Amino acid sequence: MNQKEKKIVTIATVFAVAFGVTPVVNAMHIMEGYLPPKFCIIWGVICIPFLITGYLSIKKTLSQNRKFITILAMAGAFVFVLSSLKIPSVTGSCSHMTGTGLAAILFGPTAVGILGIIVLIFQAILLAHGGLTTLGANTFSMAIAGPFVSYGIYKLCQKLKVNKYVGIFLAASIGDLFTYCVTSYELALAYPSVNGGIAASAAKFLAVFAPTQLPLAIIEGILTVVIIMGLETYAKPELKGLGFLKGGEN
Amino acid sequence: MAKTKKKVIILLIIAVLIALIPLFTLKGAEFGGSDDAGSVVVSQITGTEYKPWFTPVMETWIGGELPGEIESLLFCVQTGIGVGVLAFFMGRYVERTKKENQETKTE
Repeated sequence: MNQKEKKIVTIATVFAVAFGVTPVVNAMHIMEGYLPPKFCIIWGVICIPFLITGYLSIKKTLSQNRKFITILAMAGAFVFVLSSLKIPSVTGSCSHMTGTGLAAILFGPTAVGILGIIVLIFQAILLAHGGLTTLGANTFSMAIAGPFVSYGIYKLCQKLKVNKYVGIFLAASIGDLFTYCVTSYELALAYPSVNGGIAASAAKFLAVFAPTQLPLAIIEGILTVVIIMGLETYAKPELKGLGFLKGGEN
Repeated sequence: MAKTKKKVIILLIIAVLIALIPLFTLKGAEFGGSDDAGSVVVSQITGTEYKPWFTPVMETWIGGELPGEIESLLFCVQTGIGVGVLAFFMGRYVERTKKENQETKTE
């Protein structure tokens, strides 16, 4: 059995690395300088309370048990990997995933804010991808709005007694899609259409982002389910401690 | 366990297919970023070419756009860090589970 389990991990790793060498192009996030200063400040300020709650929530989780830091690191690494992989989509353009669903499900939505902003700062400074001025808006869409939706859907599926993996899949993929819906609205608020206003403008941005993002959202859902299966097999005590697994079952 | 393994493999194959199919079916497509598509829409809506009011700090430092190859290097570094952390901790968990299983067997 152990031999087989090792193989799964190897395959998963090779798979992840293989995607790392996909040709790189520009991808999502609102670009540097593309939001008027007023909006940059507003979005930044909106993020602050979420980030503070996130910091406190991580601190609380870690004070319960220092061991959770490894799972937290893995969830963060998951965001790191997925948001660096740009994947071709049916519309003929590339985009990347957010990877925030996993952390949202395991640690709650606010904690993801901290993980997300680390990734966004890294990309903004070194990769000219996203940007420092749009950091607030990007953090809000990717690390706050998306995870909150993921978490809500996951909890809802739990209540409705939907199969756990289906719930995780839905949570991760819809959270990913929602991230891009929020991005569209952020852009639309800054650039309302002359005829039709914000709504018409948002529809235009959505028309660009949504078809590209849909297949990627599905991939993100699948990968999140896979990594949770892996963690369930090997890191049971930690997941139990986080309240993800209940008692002895499963 | 064998069941989980099968599930994982099937799921990974589906994920790879979703990612690769557009590459083969849409021959000649550019696969530019949807960022670019986004800025095109911005210029459509405002009616004029939009000039970003702030250039990325990296571009200011090196005085120009980041070369494509260097950008891909940096993206790979990001992926590498992520995969490294994931694989390291996953490896630790796998070994731990193996040890625990052996201990319960010998007892």
